[in-house]
Order: sequence, then C-alpha cells, then structure tokens
Amino acid sequence: METVLAMLTGLLVAAGAYLMLSGNLVRYILGLALLSNAANLVIFGAGRLTKANPPLIPEGMKEPLEGAANALPQALILTAIVIGFGLFCFALALAYRAYYALGTARMDSMRIAEPREDS
Amino acid sequence: MNSSLILRTGTRALVPVFLLVAILVLLRGHNEPGGGFIGGLLAAICVALYEKAFGVDEARRWLRLPPMTIAGIGLAAALLGGLWGVVEHGMFLTGVWPLYEYGPDGWTGWPVGSVLLFDTGVFLVVVGVVAAILFALEEAGIPEDRPEDGEEHS
Amino acid sequence: MILVWPVIIPLAAATLLLLLRKWDGLVRWGSVAFAVALLFAGVVLLDTVLRDGPVAAQLGGWAAPFGITLVADLLSAAMVLITGIVAVAVTIYGLTEIDRTEGWHGHHALVHALLAGVCGAFLTGDIFNLYVWFEVMLIASFGLLVVGGTKKQADGAVKYVGLNLIATLAFLSGVGLLYGIAGTLNMADLGLRLEGRQEETAVLVSAVLLLFAFGAKAAMFPVFFWLPASYHTPSVTTSALFSALLTKVGVYALIRVFTLIYDLDVPLIQSILLYGAILTMVVGVLGAAAQNHFRRILSFHIISQIGYMVLGLALATPAAMLGAIFYLFHHIIVKANLFLIAGAARRMTGSEELKLTGGLYAARPLLAVLFLIPAFSLAGIPPLSGFWAKFLIVDAGLQLRDWLSVIAALGVGLLTIYSMSKIWLEVFWKPHPDGPDAVMGKVPLPMLLPIIALAILTLVIGLAAGIFVDAALVATEQILNPEAYIEAVLGAN
Repeated sequence: METVLAMLTGLLVAAGAYLMLSGNLVRYILGLALLSNAANLVIFGAGRLTKANPPLIPEGMKEPLEGAANALPQALILTAIVIGFGLFCFALALAYRAYYALGTARMDSMRIAEPREDS
Repeated sequence: MNSSLILRTGTRALVPVFLLVAILVLLRGHNEPGGGFIGGLLAAICVALYEKAFGVDEARRWLRLPPMTIAGIGLAAALLGGLWGVVEHGMFLTGVWPLYEYGPDGWTGWPVGSVLLFDTGVFLVVVGVVAAILFALEEAGIPEDRPEDGEEHS
Repeated sequence: MILVWPVIIPLAAATLLLLLRKWDGLVRWGSVAFAVALLFAGVVLLDTVLRDGPVAAQLGGWAAPFGITLVADLLSAAMVLITGIVAVAVTIYGLTEIDRTEGWHGHHALVHALLAGVCGAFLTGDIFNLYVWFEVMLIASFGLLVVGGTKKQADGAVKYVGLNLIATLAFLSGVGLLYGIAGTLNMADLGLRLEGRQEETAVLVSAVLLLFAFGAKAAMFPVFFWLPASYHTPSVTTSALFSALLTKVGVYALIRVFTLIYDLDVPLIQSILLYGAILTMVVGVLGAAAQNHFRRILSFHIISQIGYMVLGLALATPAAMLGAIFYLFHHIIVKANLFLIAGAARRMTGSEELKLTGGLYAARPLLAVLFLIPAFSLAGIPPLSGFWAKFLIVDAGLQLRDWLSVIAALGVGLLTIYSMSKIWLEVFWKPHPDGPDAVMGKVPLPMLLPIIALAILTLVIGLAAGIFVDAALVATEQILNPEAYIEAVLGAN
C-alpha cells in the first residue's frame, strides 16, 4: 500500500510540475493544486497506513476502542486542506483579476511590474 | 438575471434544507465528524446557489450584512471563545463548559460552551469569506488605476 | 500568560478593525493604538525572559509534547519587541499614506493579521503550528499586496503568490516527513528524538525540504525572484512592513530549526547554507547595482543582506551566530526606515524612477540627512549599527580563515556603498529634471516621525553597540545550548 501511495505522490508531483512549467497562469495554479494534494499524501503516508478503528470514543465509554487509528495525521491534513482551500481561492481570484487587468494569462508576457530594460 | 425557472424554484426549496443540514453538522461537530468548517462550507453552498439563481445584488440583500462583516463577527466569536478560557482557567483556548457537569450519573446538563462559540465563529468566518470571494469574482471589474509613478503629486 | 498576548492583541485588532472599517478615522488611530499595545506586550515579554530565562505556555492546557506550546527565549522575545517597534512606525506612517478606499478594502485589519502571523511564528514551539502561522502571514500579505488594485500590483502579486505557494508546499511535505520519522511535532521534542540520527536519509530529505521552504521565504539564492518582482508594487507602508518582517521570519525559522532540530555540522546542509549565502549576497548586490528604481534597489539589497545573516548561521561558530542575530535586529530597523524614506521622497519628487527625481538635498535637507543614516548603516560605515553587524560576521569568518566568505562579505559591502551613493546622487544631489519647483509639498509629520525615530534607534544601536552585542550574546548562548529552552517546553526531567 505504501508503494502505491508513494508512486501516486510521485505521479502527482510530476503532473503538477509539468503543468506549472507550461507558462500559463491557470495551468500553473492547477499544478499547484496537484502539488498540494501530493503534500497531503506525504503526511498521510508518513502517519503510517494501518487497518484500524476510527479514533472515536463510543457512547458511554471513556477511551477509544482498542487499535484506534492515529488521528493526528488526519488532523494535520485537514488543517492543510483548509489552509490550501483559502490559498487557492485567493490564487484563482487573483489569476482571474490579473488576466482581466493585464490582458494575458501567459506569464512571460506579464512584465508591467518589471518592464524590460530595452523598451 | 437570466437563470432558469427550475434553478430558481429549486433554490427556494433547497436552501432551507441545506441550512438545516449545515447547522446540524455544526452542532454535532465536537465528538462526531462535522464542525464549524464543514458546516460553514455547506452554508456557503446556499449562498452560492442563491447568488447563481437570483444574482449578486439579491444575494447581498438576502445576507443582510456585508460578507466581510459576517467574517469579522465570526472571528470575534472565535477569539472570545478562546479568551473565555483565559478568564476561567487562565489559558487561551482551554475549553469551558458552564452548563455541563460530571456527577455520579455521568455527564449531565447541556454540552454547550466555549468550544461551540469557537466553532460557530469558524462557521461564520467560512460563510463570510466564501461569500466575499464569490461576490468579488462575480462583480470583478477593474477599478480606476491609482495615479502611477510620475503622476503622483500631493 | 504573557506569551499569548503578542498573538491575541493583533488578532483582536484585525477583527475589530475589520468590523469597524467604515469609520475611517477611528480605524486609523485604532490601528496605531493596537500597535502600541503590541509594543508594550513585547517589552513585558522581553523583561520576563531577561529575568527568568526561556518561558513556555501550553495552549488549552494540553501538556507538551501533545499540545501546542508557545515558548519564548531571548531571540523570540527580542524579535517580538522589534516587531512591535516596526508595527508602531508603520501604522503611524500609514496615517497619511493609506487612503480611505484602501482602508475600506481592509488594509489596517490585514496589517494586524500579518503582525499576528509574524508574532505567532516567533513564539510557537510546534513545527506544524509554525506552518499555520506562516500561512496566516502569507494570506495577510497576499491581501496587503493587492489592496489598491493597480495593474502593477496584480502583476507583482501573481509572482509573489505563485512562488510562495511552492515554498509553502515544501514546508508542509517536510513537516509530514519529520512527523513520520520522529512521531512528534514539538520542536524541542524533535530535537531530542533526532539526536544521533542526523545522517539518516529521511532526516536529510526533510531538512533539505525545510531549508528550501525557509530559504524561499527568506529570499535566498536561487529562490528569491518573488521579492524584487513584488516589493515595489504596493503602498510604501506595506512594502516597509514586508521588507522589515517577512524575510526575517524566514531567517528566524532557519536559525531556530537548524539549531534546535537539525545539527549544522552535517556537511550537506552546511555547504548548501554557506554557498547559498555567499551567492545570495553577491547576486543581490549585483541586482541592485543594475536597477534604477528607488524601491527596487532597496528590494535587491534585502536579498544581499539576507545573505549576511545566513552566512552567520552557516559558519556555525558562536561568534558567527552572534553576528547573524545582531544583523537580524539591525537590518529590520534600517530596511524599514529606508523604505519609509523612499515613500517620502516619492511624495516630494513625484517618482521613484531615479531619472525622474532629484533636488531633494537642496529642498529638504533634513530628509537627506535622515536618508544618510540608514544608508551608511546598511553599507557598514562606522560607527553605525551596520558596521558592527558586518564586523561581527567578518571577524567570525577571519577566525575560521574562511577567506571566500570574508572576501564576499567585504566586497558586497563596497558594492552596497555604490548603490546607496547612486540613490544619493540621483534623488538628493542632482537638480530635479523639471527644475527646482518640481519638488513639492512638505513631509507630513506622521511620515517624518517614524523616520526620525528609526534613525535615532539606528544611531543608538551603533553608538551603544556594547549593550546590544551583550544581549545578542545571551541570545546566542540560549540558541546554541537549548537545554533551558527544552526544559521550559517539556518540563524538568
């Protein structure tokens, strides 16, 4: 299972990098989204993959069942997803706006803040 | 607004259901899957649906408060939930359960306290921020440029 | 309890200022008042740490290493205090610079959200929590960067956001791996558990991922491109705040993580840091020499100065670490001041393009003198604070006989003088291209006051360097011998 997860992570990173290198702002952001999912999978894998009970305390008991899963990696991933959600909302809104304002989504043509020396 | 009759009628019917589910998810969040963030996202779906069906202006009227103000109130609620722990136990974010006691019969009373206040705050922040981003995207236009370099004299 | 206030005050400020943003005057002054409160909390915190040594608090009462710990040693406390100083200076400056629309779009609330992220990053003792505070800081800085909404800002923000998000993801992956290796996220606990395991591949991979992430935040070579692309686009208040704090949080995180969690004497890490630092210094200063825009020159100088601090860390002797920490403090004050002066100069002369400015020495001699203080300090001319900072680093390099870094440090200092004199000649000395009447208006008092205050502080640090070096020495000892820090977090064993 770990092997599959590792390969999947690698695939996501490769696909993300490919998209990010295409020079188009929208693809760049989609590539970032893939990368962030790869990072979440890294945490998931690092927290060990086991068959276990959900880490919930059943009604009327004071501690979780025997063999409960480690809830921490999932808490970390959830936090990372929430933060990622906010960041990508912003990034998409910004991309839309930059396209509107600059008239292009090609990153090579975005030179307003850093004008070419010879022009 | 040129959305279809089906969308508008469907929205009217679905929004109360979504809101109910959102609040349920918020309330069961402490010991079971759920919580402020997920509940807030569900409620934000209502805002999105409403906005798609009736337009931004109508959705703003429906919300009554500006989205960022909702987020601000949520942030304040979450912060107060944390500060409550300072007052009661001297440490930020410590849970406080004024109506919930442990006695010989186990836990009695209402499990309501600073954690719910915090979660409600998160709920409102999510609704407010998602609504703000949605509305901003829908209305996106570019304002007049500020005076750039070389023009600014004051 | 005192540990929580530097985080709660700016968070509460951000909330209130967001809710009240319609009342423009109230929000402006409220922003200043909260900044003063943050400064006060910083003073109390520093006083506590100076008296009692490192202090820690467990959030929500969950004991370390399971809960989130806030902890302050002398370095953290001093960084919080200096954040307070910058906050007060920048909010006062913003009283005149930030207009009503920018206030309505949330500028003031975002400033305090950024400060909350910065203070949280300085105080947290948990590496995942450090990630969260970095994100708070990042989101707030995204917002600040686009408030105002010009084309230039949209362009700069795209590059800033795009490159910083990659660093963020590297940070997250590194933290994930670290948790997988050690099973804990508490930094003090991590330090104990990784003892003797520093050469393991997994540990090295996580170290390099974190090095990449913090290096990108600190604008090290070769991942600095986001900085000169964006720092000159927003309002001066915003870019002064960014220049003072954001990259320094990256440097702080490097110092903290590579002393507490990882050992610096692993050859791979040390050589990346060392050669990265030298290239950062050189590339930054050469970039600055090629620019002809006031704030862009300053932006490239941030990069070259970051190189000095990382060099101090990479040399890894107590003397070099002392230099790095002293440099950190000095640079925050000086760089914020230079950006504020750039804003005042633009207001007077109408531009930041060096070609289109001039005549400021004749028209506003006070501002010219005020520019010379931080500019000379940046270049390292005695007896200003920058001289001592550079002296400490170069001296540490000489002790190690590391000639390459000594030569780089001295050469970069010379080239810094070149850029500063270019600004002096173009903006202050030469006549204005549109004639002497083109210099318009007076520097408003809220702009002048922070500039004067920061200049005086630069002079004080320079003239009373002994006191500050002694304090930095104590901070260095706490950093290099983290037993007291670990004991404060985990309790005495």
